[in-house]
Amino acid sequence: MTQDALSRLLEENDWLMADGATGTTLFNMGLTSGDAPEMWNVEEPDKIRALYKGAVDAGSDIFLTNSFGGTAARLKLHNAQDRVHELNRIAAELGREVADKAGRTVVVAGSMGPTGEIMEPMGPLTFERAVEMFHEQAEGLKAGGADVLWVETISAGDEYRAAARAAELAGMPWCGTMSFDTAGRTMMGLTSAELAALVETLPNPPIGYGANCGVGASDLLRTVLGFVASGSERPIIAKGNAGIPKYVHGHIHYDGTPELMADYAVLARDCGARIIGGCCGTTPDHLVAMRAALETRPRSDAKPTLDEIVARLGAFSSASDGTGDDGAGAVRERRGRRRRD
Amino acid sequence: MADEEDEIILSELDDEDLVAQMHDDLYDGLKEEIEEATNILLERGWEPYRVLTEALVSGMKVVGDDFRDGILFVPEVLLAANAMKAGMAILKPLLAETGAPKVGKMVIGTVKGDIHDIGKNLVSMMMEGAGFEVVDLGINNPVENYIETAEKEDADIIGMSALLTTTMPYMKIVIDTLIAEGKRDKYIVLVGGAPLNEEFGRAIGADAYCRDAAVAVETAKEFMARKHNQMAV
Repeated sequence: MTQDALSRLLEENDWLMADGATGTTLFNMGLTSGDAPEMWNVEEPDKIRALYKGAVDAGSDIFLTNSFGGTAARLKLHNAQDRVHELNRIAAELGREVADKAGRTVVVAGSMGPTGEIMEPMGPLTFERAVEMFHEQAEGLKAGGADVLWVETISAGDEYRAAARAAELAGMPWCGTMSFDTAGRTMMGLTSAELAALVETLPNPPIGYGANCGVGASDLLRTVLGFVASGSERPIIAKGNAGIPKYVHGHIHYDGTPELMADYAVLARDCGARIIGGCCGTTPDHLVAMRAALETRPRSDAKPTLDEIVARLGAFSSASDGTGDDGAGAVRERRGRRRRD
Repeated sequence: MADEEDEIILSELDDEDLVAQMHDDLYDGLKEEIEEATNILLERGWEPYRVLTEALVSGMKVVGDDFRDGILFVPEVLLAANAMKAGMAILKPLLAETGAPKVGKMVIGTVKGDIHDIGKNLVSMMMEGAGFEVVDLGINNPVENYIETAEKEDADIIGMSALLTTTMPYMKIVIDTLIAEGKRDKYIVLVGGAPLNEEFGRAIGADAYCRDAAVAVETAKEFMARKHNQMAV
């Protein structure tokens, strides 16, 4: 089997740079809230090409396709649940076109975001249905020429497993990141250590795993340190937001400057991440600064400490990342649990 | 894990222990146990309203507090809310018959232009878990949906949710319309969503911004208590 483009790049390079924000960029191009960004693959292909090209020109080795909400569950909200294959295929085709003109290897990563539904037993979504929806999306991305699938912003372990199974069914290499935004854990309560362990239980483990989005750049790096502490050898992905969103005069504004994101990128590498990019609020200007910093600043001998991260990037959003014995999981005074046969 | 000999027979517990056990079973999301215990208390002659408040609602308060404090996460809270709803289903017709006071009724939905509904769904489930009646308008709601439904349902609370900075300003339109139609004081208006904050809530004239689903429940209860006090005066 020929090796996929991402694995090849990882063999040749110490670190790779991924892309920045999709949503933020599209809103700046005039996307109206409430509309599905995926529709622009068909209606505004030039803007999607510009989105991809922005990342490539800024030096990204990997960029994500405009297909985050491309499962039937999300497209249903726009009455486009019958267009899953088409919208994902075109998202990848436009990506292929931009990547192949880059003059160097650029990985087209087929973005797959959460279904937005809650899985059994807490909610109505069955594992089988989740696999089916991710698989349908994966086949579209594959048909359009994506190099790898890129599962992101997941919060539930079962949803991550379902996406993994879909990648297996589609015969595609994949990466998968979760969003750790609730007191250091995902919304569904997973810690960084739990994701690191989960990944190794999969029959088709991802090329890389990690964290994206969440709260700020500081929190994201604390999560990366959690992955590293688990002892995993698998490439770790860090895609943090450009600071924290603030509401200023009726507009969203991320407080992370290009300089801050440059610091973040170097710290991410020194923490042990191999694939480094941004998420919400990260523009091509940020990416240029990140690339320059990664190329010019020497790797530190020691891993950054939590204190250094706070000093350079700002405070954490919660006292703990949920992995230790402190805070989360504090023991309540319990009566005997009733057992059922 | 408890041992086999820790098996607890609910019907053998006295009232106080049974209620404490129900709080634990809610915490663990044990739906069948909650149903069984609810029926036992009713058989022992408890008023349905007392079962609701002392056994179910106060048990869910512990769940809500631990969620707020980062000890429990969404999956546990959803299971607890499901267990609570199972008990509530038994009580609901009885509460109506006995004319028990209502905890409150909320109309909730994401605002026009916003299709992100996980946060709204969590609030909806936790509110039901706390004994509120919830009318879920779903996503992408224009102002008429909120106001017409609130009037038709005789709701106490209007809840609005938005995930996007581009959609959150629509909340002000709903509140301004309520004011223009002279209906603002009839409703408690609660707002929530990732990009919002207290300052925004104040600026648009909401009664409160709720950081998460647990805070939404606590805030709703507080405002309902104030409302009842005002009516009593």
